[in-house]
Amino acid sequence: MKNFFEGLSTRRLSRRDWLRAGGAFGLAGLAGSAALLDKRTAAAQERPEGFGPPEASAGGHAHGQMRTVGAVDDARNGFDPMKLLTDFDYGTVSTLDTGQTLRTYTFVAQDKEVEVAPGVFFPAWTYNGRVPGPTIRCVEGDRIRIEFINAGSHPHTIHFHGIHGASMDGVPGVGAGMIHTGQRTVYEFDARPFGCHLYHCHAIPLKRHIHKGLYGAFLIDPDPKRYAGAARAAAEARNHQYDACKAVHEMVMVMNGFDTNFDGDNEIYAANTVAFAYMDRPIPVRRDALQRLYLINTTEFDPINSFHLHGNFFAYYDHGTTLEPTHRTVDTIMQCQGQRGILEFSFEGFEPGPYMFHAHQSEFAELGWMGFFDVLPDAPPAA
Amino acid sequence: MNASSIPKWLLLALPIVLLAAALWLFVRFDPMQALTGNQPPVEELAVERVDLRPGDIILHVVNGGPEPVTVAQVQVDEAYWTFDIAPGPTLPRLGRATITIPYAWVQGELHEVRLLSSTGVTFDHTIEVAVATPQPDAVRWFLFGLIGVFVGVVPVGLGLMWFPLLQRLGRQTMNFILALTVGLLLFLLIDTVLEGIETAEAVPEVFHALPLVFFVGLLSFLALLGVGSRRGVRDRSTPEGRLWIATAIALGIGLHNLGEGMVVGVAVATGQAALGSFLVIGFVLHNVTEGVGIGAPMAEDRPGVLRLFGLALLAGLPAVLGAWIGGFTYSPLLAVVFFSVGAGAILQVIVEVGRLLLRKTGAEHASASWVNIGGVTAGLAVMYVTALLV
Repeated sequence: MKNFFEGLSTRRLSRRDWLRAGGAFGLAGLAGSAALLDKRTAAAQERPEGFGPPEASAGGHAHGQMRTVGAVDDARNGFDPMKLLTDFDYGTVSTLDTGQTLRTYTFVAQDKEVEVAPGVFFPAWTYNGRVPGPTIRCVEGDRIRIEFINAGSHPHTIHFHGIHGASMDGVPGVGAGMIHTGQRTVYEFDARPFGCHLYHCHAIPLKRHIHKGLYGAFLIDPDPKRYAGAARAAAEARNHQYDACKAVHEMVMVMNGFDTNFDGDNEIYAANTVAFAYMDRPIPVRRDALQRLYLINTTEFDPINSFHLHGNFFAYYDHGTTLEPTHRTVDTIMQCQGQRGILEFSFEGFEPGPYMFHAHQSEFAELGWMGFFDVLPDAPPAA
Repeated sequence: MNASSIPKWLLLALPIVLLAAALWLFVRFDPMQALTGNQPPVEELAVERVDLRPGDIILHVVNGGPEPVTVAQVQVDEAYWTFDIAPGPTLPRLGRATITIPYAWVQGELHEVRLLSSTGVTFDHTIEVAVATPQPDAVRWFLFGLIGVFVGVVPVGLGLMWFPLLQRLGRQTMNFILALTVGLLLFLLIDTVLEGIETAEAVPEVFHALPLVFFVGLLSFLALLGVGSRRGVRDRSTPEGRLWIATAIALGIGLHNLGEGMVVGVAVATGQAALGSFLVIGFVLHNVTEGVGIGAPMAEDRPGVLRLFGLALLAGLPAVLGAWIGGFTYSPLLAVVFFSVGAGAILQVIVEVGRLLLRKTGAEHASASWVNIGGVTAGLAVMYVTALLV
């Protein structure tokens, strides 16, 4: 036995020596193969990908390989993101005995599956079957009457950002409170102050009710009759009833997100619901028209969202409640949840082509909140 | 009516026909519908393997859930990315698909891949360290083979070089060595089973890989037991019988080393190169003792150098095969099968060596012998200490 252990201990020494050599050899072999791999990967990385130049302003594959695959069926969704941009709902207009303009709307809450990216279906809650809900467009001082019918599976409300009494606030336990399935109520108030506002469901749990799709734009145009001088001209340019406004190319974008797996983190980001909608189909704009963008942030889970315009700068009216810009010459603004504002910019004299816009949170941009304005060459003069 | 008057074929067929009818009725009227009708589908998609090619990430996915799954979109590092999916985006139950994503992945860095199904459910896979997946070219066949030789053949061969020494040992010392062999085999058994269980957890649930570890292990144990009781080798007191034990040990250890080769191959293929070389050194030290185990039952015989060499190859070469499998086409399910076959083989060898030890020490003394207990303890201790290196 003594012999055996002696034998073992002397062997161990020589074995360790051998190992040192063997280990070194093994490492050299591995290092060699690693070097081979390095060369190949370097070659792979020379291929330009991601932020390449758009191939064509016609869209489709306009951002290299960073995109979704396929196309969303707008007909199945029942709304087209391109049309949502300019789909202003002026309501049914009549005049009250007092001379005040009355605009009435009917909002129906309904459950609906919405295709938020090609092939990805989100079980949304909607106002009138669309996300975002209808864009209410009115003038300051108008009487607004909204009949709300809940045809959805959960209790809902409509809470408007604006000036109104507590009983019309659309929150649980106040006024009509929660409107249960099959019930209806009427929200009625005067539209003020002018600006770019929003409405959303305020039923609890709040986060779930908002992120499921119950929100929309509430735009109150200034009434030029209330202002004088430069302010009056500015108000006319903002009021849809005046020619000065009709010359402006107006758009509404509601920045939103969808948590498709309900883990408290959005899988899809977009403006007007469909990921990369304006990437696949850039928004055509004329060089000679002033562009006005009503931008509203209804994103849940992330405290802020943002808007960045490429190759250009804009004037910004925070909340749209002023006739003078609150920011001049900026190319990026951020909005917290529920914040909104008006952007004005022009491509006059610009080189025609696609100009990108997106959230400047790269994560949001690459998860769908990205698009192009396609600045068109001037139309040939009519013969 | 007398049952014996009914023809046999009818007796055989009747329950089968009735079973078919019962199943048809159940499916036709689906009483489960009332219980589960409104429940959303459970989707399960598992990434079985990832290949990284220059400029491409290639995922091999399997649908392990009860319902078909449609892959709608793919994110890489929180960005939607274009992809191709073959044969198609909808995977039936147990269906497989290959997703090719043209993505400029970064050497040595981490990437997250996320698959979105049509219902918005997400399936995540993390590429811990991005390295090009070795393609089976001549250089890599050679390099992986070399790693296998280092892990298996070299240490087992070196261990067997103690064989002449074993032959000169006294009876007590020899019993100690046999007991030590039992100890190290016990360690390998537990180690292999645990490895199998760990790997089984990575296999999609639908394949029931965990029970497979035990069933395949049991079958391999019984098969080897059957082979070992053939006429000619049945008598363990003959040189042929003892050579059979040594061969069985070599085979069991070989299957175990196949698993070790696979572990090293996978480590290198998945970019844990540093871990890979460390594993090689660890396994080499670990496996030297295995040579002693193979030699111990034949210590009183003269098996000849060629036989010993053959046994060393039997125990060591599977590591080469393992390194190739691990490096080129690793599949967790296949790995589970290998591990459990190995575990069964090792268990059979423990029984064999245990019997031999009992016969040598006399059954009544064996369990109480301090030499034997010391041997088993020493075997476990050596394996434990060398395992710290892995």
